[in-house]
Amino acid sequence: MDAKAEVGRELSEKIDETSSVSPLGAVVPPERRRIVLSPINKRRWENFKSNRRGYWSFWLFLVLFFVSLFAEFIANDKPFMIRHDGRLYFPAVVTYSETDFGGEFETAADYRGGYMQKLIAEKGGSIWWTPVRFSYDTINLDLPTPAPSAPTWSLTEAQCMAVVKKKGLKSCSDLEYNWFGTDDVGRDVVARLIYGFRISVLFGLTLTIVSSIIGIFAGAVQGYFGGWTDLLFQRVIEIWTSVPSLYLLLIISSVLVPGFFVLLGILLLFSWVSLVGLVRAEFLRGRNFEYIQAARALGVSNAVIMFRHLLPNAMVATLTFLPFILSSSIMTLTALDFLGFGLPPGSPSLGELLSQGKSNIQAPWLSLAGFFSVAIMLSLLIFVGEAVRDAFDPRKAFR
Amino acid sequence: MAEETLLTVEDLSIAFSQGGRETLAVDRISFDIKKRETVALVGESGSGKSTTALSVMKLLPYPSASHPSGKILFKGKELLGMSENEIRHVRGNDITIIFQEPMTSLNPLHTIERQIAEILDLHQGITGTAAQARILDLLSQVGIPDPAGRLKSYPHQLSGGQRQRVMIAMALANEPDLLIADEPTTALDVTVQAQILRLLKEIQTRHGMAMLYITHDLGIVRKIADRVCVMSKGKIVEQGPVEQIYTAPAHPYTRALLAAEPKGIAPPLNDAAPVVIKTDNLKVWFPVRRGLMRKVVGHIKAVDGVSVEVREGETLGVVGESGSGKTTLGLAIMRLIASDGPIVFMGKTVQGLQFKEMRPFRRNMQMVFQDPYGSLSPRMSVADIISEGLGVHHPKMTAAERDRRVLVALNDVGLDPATRFRYPHEFSGGQRQRIAIARAVVLEPDFVVLDEPTSALDMLIQAQIVDLLRDIQKRRKLTYLFISHDLKVVSALASRLVVMRNGKVVETGPAAEVFKNPQSEYTRALFAAAFSLEAVPGAVVAQ
Repeated sequence: MDAKAEVGRELSEKIDETSSVSPLGAVVPPERRRIVLSPINKRRWENFKSNRRGYWSFWLFLVLFFVSLFAEFIANDKPFMIRHDGRLYFPAVVTYSETDFGGEFETAADYRGGYMQKLIAEKGGSIWWTPVRFSYDTINLDLPTPAPSAPTWSLTEAQCMAVVKKKGLKSCSDLEYNWFGTDDVGRDVVARLIYGFRISVLFGLTLTIVSSIIGIFAGAVQGYFGGWTDLLFQRVIEIWTSVPSLYLLLIISSVLVPGFFVLLGILLLFSWVSLVGLVRAEFLRGRNFEYIQAARALGVSNAVIMFRHLLPNAMVATLTFLPFILSSSIMTLTALDFLGFGLPPGSPSLGELLSQGKSNIQAPWLSLAGFFSVAIMLSLLIFVGEAVRDAFDPRKAFR
Repeated sequence: MAEETLLTVEDLSIAFSQGGRETLAVDRISFDIKKRETVALVGESGSGKSTTALSVMKLLPYPSASHPSGKILFKGKELLGMSENEIRHVRGNDITIIFQEPMTSLNPLHTIERQIAEILDLHQGITGTAAQARILDLLSQVGIPDPAGRLKSYPHQLSGGQRQRVMIAMALANEPDLLIADEPTTALDVTVQAQILRLLKEIQTRHGMAMLYITHDLGIVRKIADRVCVMSKGKIVEQGPVEQIYTAPAHPYTRALLAAEPKGIAPPLNDAAPVVIKTDNLKVWFPVRRGLMRKVVGHIKAVDGVSVEVREGETLGVVGESGSGKTTLGLAIMRLIASDGPIVFMGKTVQGLQFKEMRPFRRNMQMVFQDPYGSLSPRMSVADIISEGLGVHHPKMTAAERDRRVLVALNDVGLDPATRFRYPHEFSGGQRQRIAIARAVVLEPDFVVLDEPTSALDMLIQAQIVDLLRDIQKRRKLTYLFISHDLKVVSALASRLVVMRNGKVVETGPAAEVFKNPQSEYTRALFAAAFSLEAVPGAVVAQ
C-alpha cells in the first residue's frame, strides 16, 4: 500500500513539474477563469463520458425529462393552435370560451366535441392538434370496448364496428389511437404516462434538492462544531431514523389531505437524514485540514469557512449520492401512490397506474406500461448514478 | 576489493501512462551494487529515486507503469522478465525493502510477533517455538528494549523509531542479500534518525548485506554510503565514490545540492526593542477523561508552563523533537487552541478573548503552516487565497486595491503576479509555500508564526525559502516565531532559541550562545544528532 502511495506521490509530483508552467508562463486572462472547468473537473467529466452507459442514460433521461416538461404540447385534449376567422388561438396555453369562436356559452371551449369543430370548420379555420389528443384526465367517450380498453392497434374490426359506425368512419385505423390502451375509467395511458413521468421526476427532484439542502446544513453544523452539538444531534437523528417512517406516512396522509406539497412535506420529514452522516463525516475530516486552520488564523468567520472551504469537499460525496436519492424519492412516491395514500385521485401517477394494473389483471397493457416506465426511469437514474460515482472516484484507473 | 556485483541496473527507463499520456519518470539510468556495499540514490522528490527502487522489486503499479528500455540483473538473473510467482520468491528472500513511513507500513491490527512470524512462515517455513526464538533474536538485534515483553505489542504501542526498528527486523528475517531503504529516517526525529542510521550500519557489517539507500539528505549519504548516484529529473547525473562526490562534484546539479545548506546570519538581538509577544507560564493541558461520568483523571501536558518573550525584529527559534509541544505552543500563541496563562500581544492581553474579539488582532499576527500541500484550499485560485484575509480585515477595500496588494505580496515572495488566477495544484511545493507566505504578509502583520515552513520541502527549495523569509523580515520589519525540528534551518534564522521537550522549556538563550555552548544534556544530544548524525548513548533522548 505504502509503496503504491509513494509511487503515486512521486508520480503526481513528476506530473506537476512537467505540467505546471513556470511562474513566467502565459497569463491566464482573469475574465475566463470562472467558466473554464478546473482540470480535476475536466478529468471527472471525461471519466463520466467514458462510461458510455451512464453517459447515454444521462442524455436520454435529460431528453425525456425536457420533453415531459412540455407535456401540454404533446398530449392534450386542447389543440396546440387554431386558426379561426383570420386569428391565431393557442388553446393549450390560454383558456378560451366558446363565445370566442362564435359559440353560445361563456364556458370553456370543449375542442373534442363535434360542436366546436364544426364552428371552426364553418369559418374555414384549421386546427393543429398535439401528437396525442388526450390529456391525462380526458375520458375517451368513444371507446370501442368497455374500459379498460385495449390498445387501439390490437383491436379487431368487429370490436371497432360500433364506434366506427357512430363516427361515420371507415375502419379501426381511422380512430383516435390509444397507443397503450386506456385505464379503467377510459383515460389514455400514454398521456397519463407522460404527465406521470413529469410529476414523478419533479417531485423527486424537489424532494432531493430540499432534503439535500437541509441534510447538508445539518451535517455541516454537526461536523464542524463537533462536541456536544454533534452528540445531541446524532442521538436525535438516531431516534428519528428508528421511527417506522412508512407507517407514519400512512397515518399522516390519512389525516391530512394529500397533495403535491403535503406529500413533499411529509416525505421531507424523513428523507433529510440520508445525507447528514455523509456530510458530517466530510466536515469532521475537513475541519482539521491545515487550510482550515489557516483560514481561522486569518480571522475568517465560521460560516464563511464552512461555506467556502469545507462545503466544496463535501459536495463530491453529496453529488455522488444525489442520483440515488432522486431514484429513491421517486420510488417512495410511487409506492405511496400504489397503496393509495399518495397524490389525490385523478392525478397522473405511475403508482396509481400500477395499482390499476394489479386490479385489472385482464388488461396487461396497464401493468406492462406502468412497469416499464418505472423500470426504465429508475434504471436510467441508477446508471447515471454509477457513472457519477465512478467519475468522482479518485482511485479509478485511467486509460 | 574486487567484490562481485550483486545488482546491475542497465539502461533502465520507467514510464507511467495516465489519461492516454506517457510520462517518463526514469530515463535510461545505469548503476550497480556490489556485495557488502552501500549505494545511495540522492535527489529531490520527483526525481525518480523511489520509483527506481520499487522497480527493482517489481512493485510498481503495472500495467500503468512500463519499462521502455533496460534490464535489472540480480545475481545474473533478469528480474524484469520474471513472472509474478518467481519475483515473489526474490522479494522478501533475497531483496527486502524498508519504507519511509513507519506509521503505516505495519498492520495496525496484528501484534509485532505475528507480523514477523508471518514472514518466517512464508519464506522459511519456521513456525512455533523455533519461530518465536528467531523473532526474539531479531528484535534484540535491532535494539528493541525488552523484546520478550514487546512480542504481544501492537504497532500503536510503539514509538516511530521502534516501529522502524521492527520494520528492519522484518526485513532482516530472511537474511537478504540486498536491503533497499527508502528514506527510512525521513519521518523520524533527528535523535532517532541517528540511532536508526547507526543500527543499519551495524547490521550491514554484521550480515554482510548490500544496501541501496534512498534519501534526499546529503548529510546522511556521507555518513552511510560507499558510493552515490545523484538523480535529477529521472536521470543519474553523476555517480561515484562518496569522497569524490563531496570533494570534487562534477555536475552543476550536484554542486547546487551540496551548496544548498541554509545559510545566512540571523537578525541581531536588540534588548531595547519593544516586546511583541510575551507569554507567562503558558499551559495547554488536554484533559484525560475516564469512566461513566467522564471524570477528569489526568492531563496530557502538551505545553506545560512555557514563558517566552519575542522582541520586535527578532526571530525566536523553537526547537525540539516531535511531540515536544512546539506546534501547540505556536497555535496557543495564535489563540487557535485554548490555553491557560497570560498572552500579551503588543502590550494588550489577548488571553481569554472570544474568536470575534480576536479578529482585530489577527491582522497583526499571522501564521505559516508546515505542509504547503495541505494549507492551501485546492478549490480557490491563488488570488482568492491571498486576498481572503483582506476581505475579512478590510471589508471596505475596493477590488482594485485588493488586487494591487495581492500583486505586491506575490512580488515580495518572488512569484510572477500573472500566475494569480491559477490553482494551487499547478504549483510545486516551494511555490506553494511562497503562496502561503504571501497570504500571511499581505495583511502587513507585525508578527508571524512559522510552523516548520521548510520541513516538507527539498533541500534546494529549503535554502531558497529561508533566504526569502529573512529577506521579507528585513524589508517588512517582521517578528518571527520560528518552529522547527531542523536545527540547520533554525541556526540560519533564529536570533534567540528555546529548546523544548515534553512541553517544557529545557534551555533558552541567545541562539549563538546556545549553539556554541549548550548547557543541558538534552540539547547537546539534539545538536549531536542534527549536525553530525551521531547517536548519544544512554537514555537522554527518546528511543
